[in-house]
Amino acid sequence: MDGNLNMIGYGLAAIGPGVGIGLIFAAYINGVARQPEAQGRLQAIAILGFALAEALAIIGIALAFVL
Amino acid sequence: MNVAASPVRAEDFQAPGPGIFDLPAAFQVGSQGITKPMLQLVLAALVVFVFFYAAASRRAMVPSKLQYAGETAYSFVRNGLGRDIIGSHDFQRFLPYLSALFFFVLVNNIFATLPFIQFPTFSRAGMAYALAGVSWLVYNGVGVQKHGFFGYLKLQTVPSGVSKAILPLLIPLEFFSNIVVRPITLALRLFANMFAGHILLVLFATGGLYLIQHQGLLGAVAGPLAWVLAVAVAFLELLVQFLQAYVFALLNAMYISGALADEH
Repeated sequence: MDGNLNMIGYGLAAIGPGVGIGLIFAAYINGVARQPEAQGRLQAIAILGFALAEALAIIGIALAFVL
Repeated sequence: MNVAASPVRAEDFQAPGPGIFDLPAAFQVGSQGITKPMLQLVLAALVVFVFFYAAASRRAMVPSKLQYAGETAYSFVRNGLGRDIIGSHDFQRFLPYLSALFFFVLVNNIFATLPFIQFPTFSRAGMAYALAGVSWLVYNGVGVQKHGFFGYLKLQTVPSGVSKAILPLLIPLEFFSNIVVRPITLALRLFANMFAGHILLVLFATGGLYLIQHQGLLGAVAGPLAWVLAVAVAFLELLVQFLQAYVFALLNAMYISGALADEH
């Protein structure tokens, strides 16, 4: 079996952003459930938080191929 | 590196790697080879232009179906991205840029699933870098235009309400984060999502074929299952394609609104 240890490293590195994105959307769902009229404002904030957390996973996948 | 040494047979499964994105040139113009993603960029620009041109010509009080579709699409960007993020004061002049950007990226992403094309344009990092370069010029440009060069630098690098002692540490960090890294993560986010999605699809499709052809009875059961999963992944990819176009335009709007913000 051929493989690259980078990919295992990337899998480990993706745990953090995965947990982070889960927390962000958990908070978003909570917020909308408590106050449905705030969905428009919360959505933009949630997507921004998602994008920032995802940036870590993206840097990870870039480095997994580069290193 | 080799995780385990095993004799390589001819029919061993070759997992798809970054190599599948190196397409040969479709044709040559002079010494420059024109590849499929380049053609897709032009095609996407044409599709977006023709759609909105056709929807906006022959306007009527009672809209036709095409006009209605165009207006719905446009107002999604206008209200959801422009007005809510940049603010009602000066979002109007960014609407052409934001809506063009959103639909251009969206069409390019949907090319990844569209039959006969099935290649995401932005899985070539260079395309995404160019797009992020444009948005870097736009948000820094409007910031410098509004605040002046040094005023804009101060806005982006000096956080308000921070004691002076910590500023020497914060200013380089903020400069690095807001001016240098932003366009790179913007480009890499789009690129990596398209890249990973395409690899995933190719992996399920070719893996299923390999299982059916080379793994006997077990493979004949597992292979079609892999193809079912490939269909499921394709639907997930449709969601990701839309989401990434949305995030790209949303982050552009946020950077613009950050550059336009008044100092507190």
